[in-house]
Amino acid sequence: MAMKKSRRKRTPLERREHLRKLLLGSNEKQGVLLNIVVYTLLISIAFIFLYPVLYMLSTSLMPKEDLLDTAAKWIPSSIYTKNYTDAMQTMDYWNSLLKNLAIAFFPTLAQVVVCSLVGYGFARYNFPLKSLLMVILMLSFLLPAQLTIMPNYVLFANLGLKGTIWAFIVPAVLGMGFKSALFILIFYNFHRQVPNVLLEAAQIDGTSGFGAYFRIAVPLSLPAVVTVILFSFVWYWNETNLTQVYLGYASSRNNGLTTLLIELQKFETSYEALYSQWDASPNKLNGAIRMAGTMLSILPLLLGYLGLQRYFIESVDKSGITGE
Amino acid sequence: MSHKNTRAGAPKAKTFTKRRLREWGTGWLFVLPWVIGVSVFFLYAMAQSLSYALSDVRLTNGLTVTYQGFQNFITLFTSDTTFPLALSDFALGLLLQVPIIVAFSLIMALMLSSKIKCRAMFRVLFFLPVIIATGPVMDELTQQGVASVPMVNQAAIQGVLASLPNWLSEPILNLFSSLILILWNSGVQILIFIAGLQKVSPDMREAARIDGASGWEIFWKITIPTVKPMVLLNAVYTIIALSTGGQNAIIQLIYNSMFDSAVGRGYGYAAAMAWTYSLVVALALLLAWLILRDRNKKVVYEKRRVAMKGGYYHGDEKKQA
Repeated sequence: MAMKKSRRKRTPLERREHLRKLLLGSNEKQGVLLNIVVYTLLISIAFIFLYPVLYMLSTSLMPKEDLLDTAAKWIPSSIYTKNYTDAMQTMDYWNSLLKNLAIAFFPTLAQVVVCSLVGYGFARYNFPLKSLLMVILMLSFLLPAQLTIMPNYVLFANLGLKGTIWAFIVPAVLGMGFKSALFILIFYNFHRQVPNVLLEAAQIDGTSGFGAYFRIAVPLSLPAVVTVILFSFVWYWNETNLTQVYLGYASSRNNGLTTLLIELQKFETSYEALYSQWDASPNKLNGAIRMAGTMLSILPLLLGYLGLQRYFIESVDKSGITGE
Repeated sequence: MSHKNTRAGAPKAKTFTKRRLREWGTGWLFVLPWVIGVSVFFLYAMAQSLSYALSDVRLTNGLTVTYQGFQNFITLFTSDTTFPLALSDFALGLLLQVPIIVAFSLIMALMLSSKIKCRAMFRVLFFLPVIIATGPVMDELTQQGVASVPMVNQAAIQGVLASLPNWLSEPILNLFSSLILILWNSGVQILIFIAGLQKVSPDMREAARIDGASGWEIFWKITIPTVKPMVLLNAVYTIIALSTGGQNAIIQLIYNSMFDSAVGRGYGYAAAMAWTYSLVVALALLLAWLILRDRNKKVVYEKRRVAMKGGYYHGDEKKQA
């Protein structure tokens, strides 16, 4: 009612003002023009971001005739799943998947426990050399791991850890796994925000330092624990450069541990060893099979991400990485 | 004073020793695993790697390390045909890509923070590359030619760039030919900016509006100063991400030198490469800090910076003492 009334009374000047507000926005509402611009940009950038993934998905389902046929640029003429079975065989999929899970899971477990302890120690206690240790922590975060990879490789080889899961677990237990420094900093930030009163009360009640940590600090830091578990798992899963070195650079398949991404990296070699590759061979490696292999290598994490997306998106916010 | 909570009951002077000693002990116990780890895998390894870099390292029944001064570094810059080139490509790539990634993330964060529908869905989409963008996957995609934006005409860009000198046109061309994969590096940064933008106080914006500030003015005078510390944080994050992961030619060169007996010159040479490379990364970080640090508000800034990096700000204490 009120709206109608005001519309009847509107002078040309007011009408123009109303239009301006509608298009350009006012204090209360975002303008239509701005909205159009924002949506257009977001949707087109989303398409650009997804373009490689969409291409991967559609190509991986194409029979090889489609690859040359420009008419079938996006939609496969038929769903051709043999690409996937071939790729699975090439990557020794289920076996590699299990090994990959082990490589990502166990170090993550060790890492989250140790980084939480160390982060708490730095946040809650004062002790000699603390500032020096913090500087070293920062340095180990900032400098590329390639700086220390040669001595560590020699060390692992000498200790007989090279190529075993222990090459990942041992550093993680000592707070030096992949990106451990970052995780220690996240826990440090988190534990610092816990009010001291709580912990002091616990200590007056006769709880030891460790008791207070387990009973009060750990339950309060659950969001940080979730963040660290997720990112640690993803990084262990995805880190290929360092993993390759720890596994012994040239180790061949069935000769110990591997990850799906390492299998993807040597896809061509493995494929050519499996299927003969003379010129007219019906089994010649093509883009569709490669894309199926790529798809397979990202699929486990992709599914995990879609299932746990909320925790991933909230994680950065909760990590306290933005300060305060 | 958000910092008063950070210390475990500051010991009074009289009960000093016993309590403080216990605190020291417990603190050390907590950080002990890491202290051992960092001593072995970082400090000792750094010293070792430095000695490798200054030596000729041979893998003949065990490791023979013969000191030879700066010979590896001299070879690196005088007779190596690939490394200096790869290094300068990397440095130029950083110079071009870091500002693009940071600016892109900021724009995306601004759009995703405005009142739009399907915000959650867009965030999930733009974070997706963090999960799937890895070296081998990006190599495969590059090989299939889907790394660049489909609508952009590569030949046209090449034409425009023809007038530029080669050392400059090549990185720019690389930039366009794998633009999608470069933008894929922005997932975490977008979320960091969004978290920062949430800190822009609505009261302040409201007050500015009442004073008659336009949206444009509010953006430049309130929003940008609030997210400025995040710009530095994101620049640092981007530099580290680009220098450790993905399609990095230099890391490949280092490994080749370590493991490939045909082309490699051994661990010593690889170590020299790694040290040179780390120096460049450190310089890039320093440059980012010099450009993006806040010169006016030193104290506020210092607090924020230290807090962001997880440090502990000591300034206040000194004043209290």
